[in-house]
Amino acid sequence: MGALLIIALVLSVGVGEAQAAPGTPSILATILKWTPLLAQGFALNITMSFLAMAIGTVLGLALGLGLISVIRPVRGFSWLVTQFFRNAPWLVLLFYCILLMPFDVRIGGTIVPLPGWAKATAGLTLPVMANVAELVRGAVQSIPAGQWEASEALAFSRLQTLRLVILPQCVKRMTPPWMNLYALVVVGTPLASIVGVNEAMTLTGDVLSSEGRTELLVPMYLYLLAWFFAYCYPIARATVALERRFQVP
Amino acid sequence: MGWTSDQPLIRMRDVRKKFGALTIIDGISIDVMKGEVICIIGPSGAGKSTLLRCINALVPIDSGSITVEGQEVNDPKLDKLALRRKVGMVFQQYNLFPHRTALANVMMAPLHVLKRGRAEVEAEARALMRKVRLDGKEDSYPGELSGGQQQRVAIARSLAMQPDVMLFDEVTAALDPETVKEVLVTIRELAEEGMTCVIVTHEMGFAREVADQIYLTDRGVVVEHGPPAEFFTNCRDERTRQFLSQVL
Repeated sequence: MGALLIIALVLSVGVGEAQAAPGTPSILATILKWTPLLAQGFALNITMSFLAMAIGTVLGLALGLGLISVIRPVRGFSWLVTQFFRNAPWLVLLFYCILLMPFDVRIGGTIVPLPGWAKATAGLTLPVMANVAELVRGAVQSIPAGQWEASEALAFSRLQTLRLVILPQCVKRMTPPWMNLYALVVVGTPLASIVGVNEAMTLTGDVLSSEGRTELLVPMYLYLLAWFFAYCYPIARATVALERRFQVP
Repeated sequence: MGWTSDQPLIRMRDVRKKFGALTIIDGISIDVMKGEVICIIGPSGAGKSTLLRCINALVPIDSGSITVEGQEVNDPKLDKLALRRKVGMVFQQYNLFPHRTALANVMMAPLHVLKRGRAEVEAEARALMRKVRLDGKEDSYPGELSGGQQQRVAIARSLAMQPDVMLFDEVTAALDPETVKEVLVTIRELAEEGMTCVIVTHEMGFAREVADQIYLTDRGVVVEHGPPAEFFTNCRDERTRQFLSQVL
């Protein structure tokens, strides 16, 4: 898979080179020239994905516990929130966050600015939260009823049963799909380019328009793609390996 | 409460339970005195396991009364957790916590429910592991133990709460024949030490040996009961004779 991508990249560089007007710097040199800038942008993509995943996971755990609550209104409300954010397109959520969130917030006496990337991160956090909530619910329900019964018979409260018996067993089951979700969030971060965040996708566009050379188009975007691929593919492989290891014989 | 040890430790009166339209328990009355060992036998689907789960309020009853040490189980204001501290239960499928070691399984409830000190709890848990003859297996995970060993860990885990009565729900039904005996020996030792036991079982030989009273249930009612000698030799009821001829 990775080899294919490299071949495509080399080919497109070759083709671009052939199309290039004489006297212009080579495509490879151009790509290398802009690499530090693109790396900066990519670092923002990773930062956004980390934050969205971390915050979304914490919120999603709480929402997931709401989904299995014994209190009916809590369960109903959690269900509504989960369904809403799970079934909304990520881009729409991004737009809403960009448009509805203020430019800055006042915390105590100080005014904290809210840059575009922070709002975009918030937009990505929402679907992560809803998806993690579903993961929690599914994992909890996959634990055999005997585990609940044994805990109850030992006089554990419901919270103790969740904390000591059920959730620790869920972690293992949730890890592979959770990693999968993370990879999806990473490849989802370029959506933020549409709302003007200076991440790798936006910067690639900026580079291309400043260079003004059409033969750069295909190799540059392939190069960007390779960055994402190099980051996400190992995650996908690790997910598969983990799934295989956790499989119940 | 007003309970004294000359009164039944468990007193069931006309207990009834339905699941939907299906009657599971149709008026059962049983007394269990302190130190007594009761075996409940009968065909599958006779409501035996459900009856056990009613005693520690895992399953609510529809009508009738169950008291444990004078405390009414069928009381909406019942402190279920307090009740369950007094009533230990061992299951057919062991239901050990697979993510914790054998020793940790035994220690969890005293640590977190009774909030006792770790050193003291650990010493007791190790003693319990010896008692069920599993010293050396403290650090094994349930998945690394045989069925019989897991079941003995489950018994130790339940005993760690120092219950006044133990409920055994077909604890040997899922075991390989060669490991059944080691579990039965453990239960018999408990019974001999004076632990009050309610045992649902299909092991007739064991029931005959260990029980003070045997109850045969069928379709949610007690068909016949009595001390083993009497029960097995001159049973009066046709259904008892039929059941015994099938299993003996």
